[in-house]
Amino acid sequence: MKILVCVTSVPDTTAKISFTDGDTKFNKAGVTYITGPYDDYALSRAVELKEKLGGTVTVLNVGESDSEQVIRKCLAIGADDAIRVNCEPKDSYFTAVQIATIAAQENYDLILMGRESIDFNSGVVHGLVGEMLGIPSLSPVMKLEIEGTTAKMTREIEGGKEDIEASLPLVLGCQEPIAEWKIPNMRGIMTARTKPLRVVEPVGDDLTITEKFTLPAPKGACKMIPAENAEELIALLKNEAKVL
Amino acid sequence: MSVIIFTEIDNGALKKSSLEAVYYGAEVAKMKGTTATVLAIGEASEAELAKAGNFGATKVLHANDARLATGNIQAYADVLASAVTQENAEVVILAKSSLGDAVAARVAGKLKAAIVSNVTELPDLSGGFKVTRSIYTGKAFATVEMKSDKKIIAIKKNAVSVVESGASAGVEVFTPALKDADFAVKVTGTHKASSTISLPEADIVVSAGRGLKGPENWGIVEDLANALGAATACSKPVSDLDWRPHHEHVGQTGIKVSPNLYIACGISGAIQHLAGVNSSKVIVVINKDPEAPFFKAADYGIVGDVFDILPRLTKAVKAL
Ligand SMILES: Cc1cc2nc3c(=O)[nH]c(=O)nc-3n(C[C@H](O)[C@H](O)[C@H](O)COP(=O)(O)OP(=O)(O)OC[C@H]3O[C@@H](n4cnc5c(N)ncnc54)[C@H](O)[C@@H]3O)c2cc1C
Ligand SMILES: Nc1ncnc2c1ncn2[C@@H]1O[C@H](COP(=O)(O)O)[C@@H](O)[C@H]1O
Repeated sequence: MKILVCVTSVPDTTAKISFTDGDTKFNKAGVTYITGPYDDYALSRAVELKEKLGGTVTVLNVGESDSEQVIRKCLAIGADDAIRVNCEPKDSYFTAVQIATIAAQENYDLILMGRESIDFNSGVVHGLVGEMLGIPSLSPVMKLEIEGTTAKMTREIEGGKEDIEASLPLVLGCQEPIAEWKIPNMRGIMTARTKPLRVVEPVGDDLTITEKFTLPAPKGACKMIPAENAEELIALLKNEAKVL
Repeated sequence: MSVIIFTEIDNGALKKSSLEAVYYGAEVAKMKGTTATVLAIGEASEAELAKAGNFGATKVLHANDARLATGNIQAYADVLASAVTQENAEVVILAKSSLGDAVAARVAGKLKAAIVSNVTELPDLSGGFKVTRSIYTGKAFATVEMKSDKKIIAIKKNAVSVVESGASAGVEVFTPALKDADFAVKVTGTHKASSTISLPEADIVVSAGRGLKGPENWGIVEDLANALGAATACSKPVSDLDWRPHHEHVGQTGIKVSPNLYIACGISGAIQHLAGVNSSKVIVVINKDPEAPFFKAADYGIVGDVFDILPRLTKAVKAL
């Protein structure tokens, strides 16, 4: 089993978001970067499958050099090697071209991604890569078993889930409970330092230009209703907020 | 150079989120001086599909091949790409959903088109084609110029305020060639809670957290939701503990909702939870702890015990 896992390096889920340079650049000061939470599920399932079926797990990130900390953590968790495409991942199409270009050079049985990145939340890179490679893409996948060359999966849909079968190769966007998050152990951290990390240059052009960023308007004060008059809330929602 | 809107059919009817997309697409068409065409795939009556006209579309292409009866990402993407070619469309609009996102992505791949998801308002066409999208899970917005000839836009709920026109659209049968390869993925079973209101589509959401103490207490949450015609949701620990199904959990790692009204009961308001609900229009928080962080993100708050407050609110709603 030859698996490619695509990971993002994203601001920690508690990070305060702000911008610099006249609201044209993300302010990295004081922000801790983590592996995308959904990408962590993809990686953990990939390592479990490797342990069960043999094979290799390669980690791929489209990002600048500061994402190497996240890449090393993925190697410590159990990936065998890593590739970084050296550029800012400007838009979904551009990012997908980078991933598909690398994937086209190797025959991966599975390309695992997160259901969505938590910076751009598009949930589209897996579909783009599937189309570019001419293979099926499915997301969000919450269960994945491999039997020979067939993948048996459960995918979440609005209000429920569906069972799916498809032949490899596949591109999948993963979410819990596909695997338990793995935490690197001491031995993993030591060996990660010497595992190969190849840096390649990007191809093609981006199709969008991000002009500026804005923050949501601050919330006004919360109107408190005493518990003994709780029923008043309903009248306020109807007559003042006009949402009933 | 028309605008195409990809719509979804649920139980013979166009989904509410799809009708919002139709209206969005029709407004874009107006700005560009062209018309809006709807693509509808699956079983629905002509009268139902003609309703797209009420939301601004002039024409509906109806693809109703038996093989398209269930949502199939690759086949639907092929049908949409054929429609884009036939209509010489420049802009494709979809409502964000598990099917819509996947179809949008594959069509962008086919058409070499820029794709922007989570779009929150109508585009600005005064200099180039610019859209505003929500990023960092609702914590910020980005204004993005789309440079490619074809443009794919997936909109978030409440991106436009819909105004119905009373018009009706002409319906045409659409039969593009289908590829066998598109049916390689087999759906072997579907498990769906049929009676409940779909969470991403709901205008009102009643959500509850660990403050409810256990799954056996959800009756008071459901009673309020039923009285309001609302969907129910929960915090992540609640679905992790299996008190509620996974597809009900909202937040950074769950569903993102943007209803008109979000009522949070016994939820502390952790930043990861807020990330999934911060684009709601009005937020109500009911928590027994006056220091609960959720009050900072709320429009209305009650410091009190959910076991006392919720049944009283249900009664007050029924009395309206
Ligand atoms: C990477 C990551 C991702 C995460 N993603 C999500 C996510 O997507 N969604 C999410 O929800 N969380 C997420 N979390 C978890 C999040 O940090 C919080 O732990 C979680 O939201 C807390 O859930 P809660 O408010 O139900 O429970 P608690 O924090 O335990 O809060 C319970 C609240 O109920 C109140 N209460 C208790 N009894 C009563 C009563 N009788 N009447 C009224 N109020 C009462 C208490 O005062 C308290 O405020 C994530 C965490 C991490 C690290
Ligand atoms: N810059 C990137 N590098 C590697 N993988 C990525 C990148 N951006 C997105 N992905 C993958 O695509 C998934 C979906 O991302 P998105 O479409 O941005 O929500 C993520 O969870 C990752 O697995």
